[in-house]
Amino acid sequence: MQLPVLLHLPWRPPRLERGPIRLNARRLYILPTRSGLVFAMLLLGLLIGAINYGLSLAYLFTFWFAGLGVIGMLHTQRNLSGLTIRAKASPAVFAGEDARLLLEAENPAGPRRYRIGLAHPSGASRECDVPVGGKAELALVLTGCKRGWQPLGRFTLYSRHPLGLFRCWTVLELAGPDSAPHGVLIYPAPARDSLPLPAPDGADRQAKASQADGDDFTGLRGYQAGDPPRRIAWKAAARSQHLLTKQFNEPSVAPSGSRLRLDWSRTPENDTEARLSRLTRWALDAYAAGLAFELVLPSHSVNMGGGEAHLRHCLEALALYGQANGQA
Amino acid sequence: MARLDLNTPLVWLIAPLALVLAPHAFELPLWISLSWMGFAVAGLRSANRRQAWPRWLKLSLTLAGVAGVLLQYGTVIGSQGGVALLVFLSGAKLLETQTARDRLGLLFVGCFLLVAYFLNSQSMAMAGYMTIAAIALVAAMIANAQPAPDPRASLGLAIRLLLQALPLALLLFVLFPRLQGPLWGLPQQTAAKTGLSDRMSPGDFSQLSLSDEIAFRADFASQAPDPSALYWRGPVLWDFDGRTWQTRQAPPAHPVRGEGRGKSVSYAITLEAHRQHWLFLLGLPKPLPPRLERLETSLSPDLQWLAKAPVSQRLRYVIDADLEYRLDPDSLDAASRARSLTLPEGNPQARELANRWRATAKDTRAIVDRALAHFRDEAFFYTLNPPPLGGDSIDAFLFRTRRGFCEHYASAFVFLMRAADIPARVVTGYQGGELNPLGNYWIVRQRDAHAWAEVWLAGAGWTRIDPTAAVAPNRVELGLNAALPANERRAGLMTLEANWLMPMRLTWDLLNNQWNQWVLGYNQERQRQFLARLNPFLATWQGMAWGLAAAGGGLLLLMAVLILPRLAPRKTDPASRLYARFCKRLRQRGIVRGAAEGPADFAARAAALRPVLAERIWLITRLYLALRYGLRQDRAEVDTLARLKRLVGEFRP
Repeated sequence: MQLPVLLHLPWRPPRLERGPIRLNARRLYILPTRSGLVFAMLLLGLLIGAINYGLSLAYLFTFWFAGLGVIGMLHTQRNLSGLTIRAKASPAVFAGEDARLLLEAENPAGPRRYRIGLAHPSGASRECDVPVGGKAELALVLTGCKRGWQPLGRFTLYSRHPLGLFRCWTVLELAGPDSAPHGVLIYPAPARDSLPLPAPDGADRQAKASQADGDDFTGLRGYQAGDPPRRIAWKAAARSQHLLTKQFNEPSVAPSGSRLRLDWSRTPENDTEARLSRLTRWALDAYAAGLAFELVLPSHSVNMGGGEAHLRHCLEALALYGQANGQA
Repeated sequence: MARLDLNTPLVWLIAPLALVLAPHAFELPLWISLSWMGFAVAGLRSANRRQAWPRWLKLSLTLAGVAGVLLQYGTVIGSQGGVALLVFLSGAKLLETQTARDRLGLLFVGCFLLVAYFLNSQSMAMAGYMTIAAIALVAAMIANAQPAPDPRASLGLAIRLLLQALPLALLLFVLFPRLQGPLWGLPQQTAAKTGLSDRMSPGDFSQLSLSDEIAFRADFASQAPDPSALYWRGPVLWDFDGRTWQTRQAPPAHPVRGEGRGKSVSYAITLEAHRQHWLFLLGLPKPLPPRLERLETSLSPDLQWLAKAPVSQRLRYVIDADLEYRLDPDSLDAASRARSLTLPEGNPQARELANRWRATAKDTRAIVDRALAHFRDEAFFYTLNPPPLGGDSIDAFLFRTRRGFCEHYASAFVFLMRAADIPARVVTGYQGGELNPLGNYWIVRQRDAHAWAEVWLAGAGWTRIDPTAAVAPNRVELGLNAALPANERRAGLMTLEANWLMPMRLTWDLLNNQWNQWVLGYNQERQRQFLARLNPFLATWQGMAWGLAAAGGGLLLLMAVLILPRLAPRKTDPASRLYARFCKRLRQRGIVRGAAEGPADFAARAAALRPVLAERIWLITRLYLALRYGLRQDRAEVDTLARLKRLVGEFRP
């Protein structure tokens, strides 16, 4: 017997809410677990034994265990009741990576909360405690996310503390924080192979060709998603614990006045997702190379720029290309 | 051998289970306890090495356990074999508990075995011990699911949970309807217990007199009779083989022919489970209940009250009886007469003595008196350590050793009476007891076991004669210890009785008695009595059901209120309070916010009315709206709130 992860009364479906949500009795469901049912059977057996053998102490202890179950149920509900739940900004990731959706449980009043778990149709979190007057972060790891906004969707917050005989839960649908109200943003996966960047407008092919190997090593920096594999300093990485990417002080390939345009129409692929992957790869390469670039999509374009904010802006545009809430 | 790492979840399983099983170990064959300990150690070792035991090994161990229990008990179900098998399997399961759910299941088995132990003992001390074991089990349930359990916190929570569950448990205990009669067969307990038996040989009673074990307790509804009248009647012994008295076959059944002659008493006896058939009586009972709880009973013509099955549980019965009575007063049937005159061969000296008395006495009563005078006047001694008698035991006692305990005197007296052609028989039971003044009831112990004689006298019927009283009157007046020679008095008992420990001992017995009466003896009858005293309606099925529903529901509600946090509505938030102050300031200037007017509309109106303040009004309104309906970023919120507070504070329309 496995209950659905998101079980709620059919006539009271959870609404999409902006946090924070304070859990109260109206939001909480509680049912015995499988162990709880086994415990009930045990009590029934003990009661029959007590009746048969006429043992007063057997009656007394059977009733004591029964009372324990009932009191345990109240404690299970207490463990969730009064918690305040809010969504936290979740860092954007590339499609194919594991997305971490973050929630925060705050315990404004009441005792320490034990083993609060988060369940979702596509994954579950580690159970964690919420100290008195403190907060705890619950992370839901989702795999195989598609490009665009990955909403948190409906999720279940549950607890079986203290005895494991009952499971108390609530089903919520929570909008993200104002900075990312739709959940976590999934950028397109960067194309695996690294094609050379498109020739900048007005630059001669010769200069572009030299770009591939005309490099001047300047140092290492931490690996960032999308860095081309050939730039990874494998030997250095083997020594340290993290992947490191070689940085080059590349001569500005584009002569002044030329513009590096990452243009939808100039990608070699013809499938939408493949094109977006290609553009993502180029944007990352261009950023890694310290180049300024502009992004041109059929519906939308991002003006010339450079640096991290510009990159993020471009990645967002790519992530949301063609989606209903695209122009966020 | 590698050291065992005790920091595994298995320890949280082994410790409470061991606590539950320790008392079982005294009841179970040794091999089961030893295997269990072996399993525990093996389980810990494999948990340390993170290796599993091979499947075939576990399977064959399980089968070996089943076979062993079958060999030992002949069955694997029932209250003995079943428990033994469960104990064995709970050990074997220690080898393969991986998941939290497995462990929880095993803790449930622990709960079952905890309750099952009450088949063996329900003493107050055992209830206390099992409470501790229950705390350990519950703490283990709590710790079981936690990745890094804190023993102190788990134990603390377990105690709290059990304390909170106690009122519910007590309510259920009192109100849950008790059912009568077993649902299936009760176990046959054959283990011997110290106590009276249906045979009496020299030395039996002096053995019994060493035991302080309680036989029964008795409380009198009215004034208790004098201790010397407390002859608690048990087995009646008819047949003598020269050494041992017994009743080879019960006398033919017919109603007791007796008549009460006054001094009626009413008393309740709480009989410990002695695993024998007889139920002790004082005096001639008025009609007796045919059933006691689950036992069918019958009263035999020689005034023995017998249960059809051995008394395997503590039993309480209330009797109305006449202390003075006549039994078979008018005539003795021929069979009984012949039986109560039969003597085996031997003991010529005793026969000769009896014949001499018979020849000289004018009636039977005189012969009886003559015999008692003989015991009183000749040099007979009352002692716990009589010398061995050898063949012709009666002669040896009467003419050679002259030292004996009650069974010697009763046996010799009945022999003499029969030899003098007076129908006589031996009656055994208990005499006297210890009054517990705290609870005003009598404690009758094994050491109060006694044997006396009954002779049949024409006109008077069966008459009780206690030859021991002739030798040692103190035995009957003051109890065993006072009657014994000083060097035989029991040292432990003496000091106990003499010093301040005695009130403690009596208090302890009083507690035990209350425990027996009210906790262990809380059966259908007692429940109805008790509930009827509260309210007659409660003593019915419907009453109990309603009472349980109402009181249980109320108690649950109360517990819920106590346990669940009170989610007070959020205090009006500070932003609203500041905005209210802002509105109040404007109102003082005649600018009143309408009931349905939104803050923005109100701000527009107020700004139009007070153009000088327009900028401030808008700023405050914007901040307020941001706080109430806008972003909720904690840090920013605090700053915005501070700003709003300052602005409202400075706002002077």
